[in-house]
Amino acid sequence: MSAVGVVMLVHTALERAEQVARHWTASGCPVVIHVDRNVPKIINDAFVRSCASDPLITFSQRHRCEWGGWGIVAASQSASEQLLENYPDVRHVYLASGSCLPLRPVRELIDYLDARPHTDFIESAATADVPWTVGGLDHERFTLRFPFSWKRQRKLFDAYVRLQRRLRVRRRIPEGLVPHMGSQWWCLTRQTLSAILQDPRRKTYDRYFRRVWIPDESYYQTLARLYSANIESRSLTLSKFDYQGKPHVFYDDHLQLLRRSDCFVARKIWPRADRLYQAFMTDEAHAMKRAEPNPGKIDRVFGKAVERRTRGRPGLCMQSRFPRKGHENGLTAQPYSVFQGFSDLFEDFERWLNKTTGARVHGHLFGPDRVAFAGGDTMINGVLTDSAGLRDYDPAAFLTNLIWNTRGERQCFQFGPADNQKINDMLARDSNARISIITGAWAVPLFRSNRSFGDLRKEAAHLQRIESKQIDFLRTEKTKARLQIWSMAEFVESPMEPIQALIDEIGPASARHLSEAPTMVDLTGFGQFLQNLKNQGMHPYLMGDFPVEKQPPAQSKPARKPYLVR
Amino acid sequence: MIAPSTAQAHQIGWIDAYRLRWKRRRLLWRSFRSRHHLTALADRTAQIEPGDILAVTTLRNEATRLPWYLSHYRRLGINRFLIVDNGSDDGSVEMLRDQPDVSLWQTHHSYRDARFGLDWMTWLQMRYGHGHWTLMVDADELLIYAHYHARDLHELTGWLGSRGQTAFGAHMLDLYPKGRLSSVDYDPETDPTQAIFWFDKGPYRVRRQQPMGNLWVQGGVRERMFFADDPDRSPTLNKIPLVRWSRRYAYVNSCHSALPGHLNHEYDGPLGQAPSGVLLHTKFLPEVVGKSAIEKKRAQHFHDPDKFAAYYDGISADPDLWVPTSTRYSNWQDLERLGLMCSAGW
Repeated sequence: MSAVGVVMLVHTALERAEQVARHWTASGCPVVIHVDRNVPKIINDAFVRSCASDPLITFSQRHRCEWGGWGIVAASQSASEQLLENYPDVRHVYLASGSCLPLRPVRELIDYLDARPHTDFIESAATADVPWTVGGLDHERFTLRFPFSWKRQRKLFDAYVRLQRRLRVRRRIPEGLVPHMGSQWWCLTRQTLSAILQDPRRKTYDRYFRRVWIPDESYYQTLARLYSANIESRSLTLSKFDYQGKPHVFYDDHLQLLRRSDCFVARKIWPRADRLYQAFMTDEAHAMKRAEPNPGKIDRVFGKAVERRTRGRPGLCMQSRFPRKGHENGLTAQPYSVFQGFSDLFEDFERWLNKTTGARVHGHLFGPDRVAFAGGDTMINGVLTDSAGLRDYDPAAFLTNLIWNTRGERQCFQFGPADNQKINDMLARDSNARISIITGAWAVPLFRSNRSFGDLRKEAAHLQRIESKQIDFLRTEKTKARLQIWSMAEFVESPMEPIQALIDEIGPASARHLSEAPTMVDLTGFGQFLQNLKNQGMHPYLMGDFPVEKQPPAQSKPARKPYLVR
Repeated sequence: MIAPSTAQAHQIGWIDAYRLRWKRRRLLWRSFRSRHHLTALADRTAQIEPGDILAVTTLRNEATRLPWYLSHYRRLGINRFLIVDNGSDDGSVEMLRDQPDVSLWQTHHSYRDARFGLDWMTWLQMRYGHGHWTLMVDADELLIYAHYHARDLHELTGWLGSRGQTAFGAHMLDLYPKGRLSSVDYDPETDPTQAIFWFDKGPYRVRRQQPMGNLWVQGGVRERMFFADDPDRSPTLNKIPLVRWSRRYAYVNSCHSALPGHLNHEYDGPLGQAPSGVLLHTKFLPEVVGKSAIEKKRAQHFHDPDKFAAYYDGISADPDLWVPTSTRYSNWQDLERLGLMCSAGW
């Protein structure tokens, strides 16, 4: 007979439960099984009969167990009492479920506990200090009443919680108790467990916990604090929970992961995971290396999974991720830059920017005729084609796709009032967008073009109307994009400073200074051009003040190093 | 309340809700009536046991795809196949009749008039699928999902069930060869993804359609090649193939959308991602070139077949769909990384 006894709560997959129970008893651990009262009598009887051949397996009084209810605690109470009474040698009681699987030979667990005869292994944390609970009920678990089943009477459950909140009803927590919570799977010493079960105030405590929400995660965890001299606040059972508070299920392909876990017991195991049961239900011969249990090793894997489930991947729209507008958690996958007016004001700006920053610099992605991908490509990553029709069908999706498919490489593109303006809504809402606008720069190509003045005037009026609307739109408070706007006059005055700042933003951490400045187009006569427009009754105002007489500032010869960026 | 609910709230007015209810009833009634179209050739439905997962399929002349279709889904744990044959003459019927787990019906009625076979399949699901997880796929669609090698559909549906989910969505991904369509050799006994294994990893667009609240995913290779000028008509790629069926459910438009509307919302994430799979679409096996001419003449696909003449002609011309930015299919992990499916932490 071993000093470790097992209380096993089962409700489904009874043949697996039997297999595990026999595995425990093979090492001399007595097992008391509690079968959920919801299991039909006929099935229960067959189960009891099939276990009858093993004298170390006994069955306790049955309770109706429901998730979140008192039944599970009642079940473990009566099973523990029975175990402690019938097997006086038992020193540690291990609470397990039918879907628990011992990961290491039982002998090792026995030795481990033998070496720590007075330690209680129970995860128990003060409610105020942990963010474990799902969905907002943490301290309220202990101060509200929960007479309704969460599973079957969800509406009543919610309504009653709301009602109590509104009426500010508070339950008094029995004197001396400090609410603690933790994993429901524990391993307690006879001393502690019997102190809990034989407490003169047990009636009071039980009455209180009967109406607490999910008492199996708080009853023993709270009471153990009263009696245990030596609590080690962790569970020897490996169990992982998803964002809904449901346990992760382990399948055959988790075998390697579980091998790494070093925990004594894992739950919950899919009943049809034959390979897992085969691998771990072995004798000492196949034992794995001895090590301190450390569930943290696989935390990462499951932490990642939960994050994926709850936060998704920003900038990805797909079959199973289509957030509502305003709840996207990131519209695009990574930052990108939008330049408006730069390619008008500087010669060959795109090539220069690409050379300076190494980013992929596209032309006018939203241009009217086609998508001007960098280098004149007709198709880029993710099989995005340069068809303007496909792009305009859903411009926001086009941009999302582009950024998603080019993850890892900074994207820049040119924009202007002649382009498809439908994208502005998305640009404004996207915190990844870095928008730099030189207002009025669209006039430069007009100024340099050779078209008849009547056309130019009409075109200029058109573009100015669009850009002014766009600027008004972007300047609203709702804009999340990082937005910088200069008037052309302002920018021409001292171009290097903003350009350096833009490049620093794009570039990687390493300091980079401009070795070559972009060449500004020759603006001689631009002031006169604007004046001519004015004379025709079309007042261009977006570019700021360009005096007619004054020569535009000579192509500013950039200092070799405008300033040093470290 | 407590745990975030899986289904996102989708508000539609009570008038729309009532209209949809009648629409569903109308669809169910149509399907019920269409039972007279079906002649049972091999009825093994008596062997269906509780907990079985059923596959429901309508097909015509798919002898080349059937061997792999059967073996793929048997491996995934499908217990029974319910198949409607729409007048095959290439030996499909003979082959299916002898399979121990296939129940076979035949009809020579119009595929199009039966809402592209939906009426027949809905009837079968209504009659045999109530309370079962049912999978509606075509013979050229292979469902895959995270860990599908190690975990079969019983495991998947068990997990979905435990979190109160009743539907599982999948993205239809067209596979194509490098080079002309007809340039590939395919042996029916082998995995078609060994013969054609290129796909477009983007671009895919998503929007939600009201009042049913179903997703509408479009994009991919067929849009790129055949619908660039008319994206509105490009194929719908979202499907809800796997549903824990109730006799009150009805698919509306293939299995792209379903009623009642909550099925369309079952699989979308809270703010994150819900689990979903991928349907590998093996349409572009070499035989598609010849078949397209026939299908164009039969005019049994699409609501307005004339508008799709160019599509059929495009395929008949035996084009090369491959471009340098095509992606090679190798495993589901890649598809998850690309954001075409999601394991959602399973």
